[in-house]
Amino acid sequence: MPGEMLLANRMTGGYGGADILKGVDLAVEAGEIVAIIGPNGAGKSTAMKAVFGLVRLREGQVRFRGEDIGRCQPDELVRRGMAYVPQERSIFPSLTVHENLEMGAFIRRDDFSHVIDLVYTLFPPLKDKRRQQAGELSGGQRQMVAFGRALMTEPSLLLLDEPTAGLSPVYMREIFERVIAVNETGVGILMVEQNARQALRIAHRGYVLATGENIFTDTGEALLANPEVAESFLGGRDGGRGGAGA
Amino acid sequence: MIDFVNQYLIPALVLGGIYSLGAIGISLIYSILRFAHFAHGDLMAAGAYIGLLVVWLLDATPLNELSVNVRLLIGLPLAFAGTAAVAILIDRLFYKPFRRARSMIVVVIASFGVALMLRSLVQLFFGVDVINYADGIQFPLKELQPLRILERHIYIVVLTVVLMLALHHFLTRTRTGKAMRAMSDDADLARVSGINTEKVVIWTWILGAGLVAVAGVFLGMDTRLVPTMGWDLLLPMFAAAILGGLGQPYGAIAGGLIIGAMEELSTYPWIGDGPLVPPDYKTAVAFAVMVLMLIFRPRGIFRGRVL
Repeated sequence: MPGEMLLANRMTGGYGGADILKGVDLAVEAGEIVAIIGPNGAGKSTAMKAVFGLVRLREGQVRFRGEDIGRCQPDELVRRGMAYVPQERSIFPSLTVHENLEMGAFIRRDDFSHVIDLVYTLFPPLKDKRRQQAGELSGGQRQMVAFGRALMTEPSLLLLDEPTAGLSPVYMREIFERVIAVNETGVGILMVEQNARQALRIAHRGYVLATGENIFTDTGEALLANPEVAESFLGGRDGGRGGAGA
Repeated sequence: MIDFVNQYLIPALVLGGIYSLGAIGISLIYSILRFAHFAHGDLMAAGAYIGLLVVWLLDATPLNELSVNVRLLIGLPLAFAGTAAVAILIDRLFYKPFRRARSMIVVVIASFGVALMLRSLVQLFFGVDVINYADGIQFPLKELQPLRILERHIYIVVLTVVLMLALHHFLTRTRTGKAMRAMSDDADLARVSGINTEKVVIWTWILGAGLVAVAGVFLGMDTRLVPTMGWDLLLPMFAAAILGGLGQPYGAIAGGLIIGAMEELSTYPWIGDGPLVPPDYKTAVAFAVMVLMLIFRPRGIFRGRVL
């Protein structure tokens, strides 16, 4: 199909023991925000890691811009235009904010100062703290550093593993706003989220995974409106009305 | 007072500098490659003997007019480069295959094996006897009387400071140096950021082995060469790295100076007439510091990693 930047078919595999993924399909079209939601242990993060070559797949295929990337190492994927923000340990704590951003641009040999400026524009608090060690920052600011680091290669697809985990509602809203802002510059986004309702509100499409399989796939709006999804995966139909996403 | 400076402080500074240069490598290798490198002392000996080789080779050239100390200064870059090359080769042959298998204890044991091999090679080529870079006695510099400072002390201390400043510049100003600190912080994140981690590993060996080789030449200048010279210093160098906090190069420098000072000062007659700790037992001071740090403050003074 044309337009599909990322296409993962029947991904099956895990960390060596039993399969965690049992034939998961994912796709991201250029410029889309795609959310993966589902209960704990559904294989959401594993599916994302499999896309980034961090989980060995027994079966299935991952194609990025039409090419099979199943055997690619992470640095090769970064070169091809993917960037990944892990859920935990997503910054270099003893490096300064500025150095964290420079490390995001490690593969670049050209002048990337305009991208650093762009990151500081997206996340103004970072500019003031650019000489501080990233480990000294608050949780929300660290997440900004992680986000910014991944943007340094000007990726065409950004993978975010639970970008709002453990953040206060204020920071959560801020991060989601930045996700939209980054997406508006043309970057495709695939994100795993626990805050499912808020994620689906900003997502063009969503995947609901459970026990390593696709359960529902639809537009964000349709998934939010689907009573079955709401009942099982969004904490009930009324659970999120007027909730944290407001 | 002047006796105290001459007999304790100056040797403490020299010994501390030597420990620091060795501890930097132990600390970097631990934080980047995630294992305790027990062959580090024997790499030090390898560096010292490469220095000896240079002194001998220069004997056969017109440069034999130069003093041994100056010939050793010529030998330092060669000892640095030669030992770095040996370390990279060892890494490819003996450590990397096990690193892939992700079992770090195997790499640690492999490094014990490498230590034995290096020592045996030194014994094979240079014999087991004590060798000096230069025969005869060196006299303190007259200009600095009443301080008893030998020419070699100046070389050792000044070059140690220069190397540390160069290291600081490398780690904070260059792309590779920053990548090294990044990988020391989090190797997995470094990999997913697109950092060429293999290149960082090679640079870790170049710096770690190169600096300990220089330390070996300095130790040889200050004392004598014997195949076990590096192995004997492994413990204090580890103590220095742990004291400073593993993964903290500046901590390793501070740790080296502190351990060197404590060892030397422990032999001062603080109580009564005799030395507080007999000189033969001064390494025990390093050992005691290491054990106490591991029990009470395992992350060291600069908050490094836990061994």
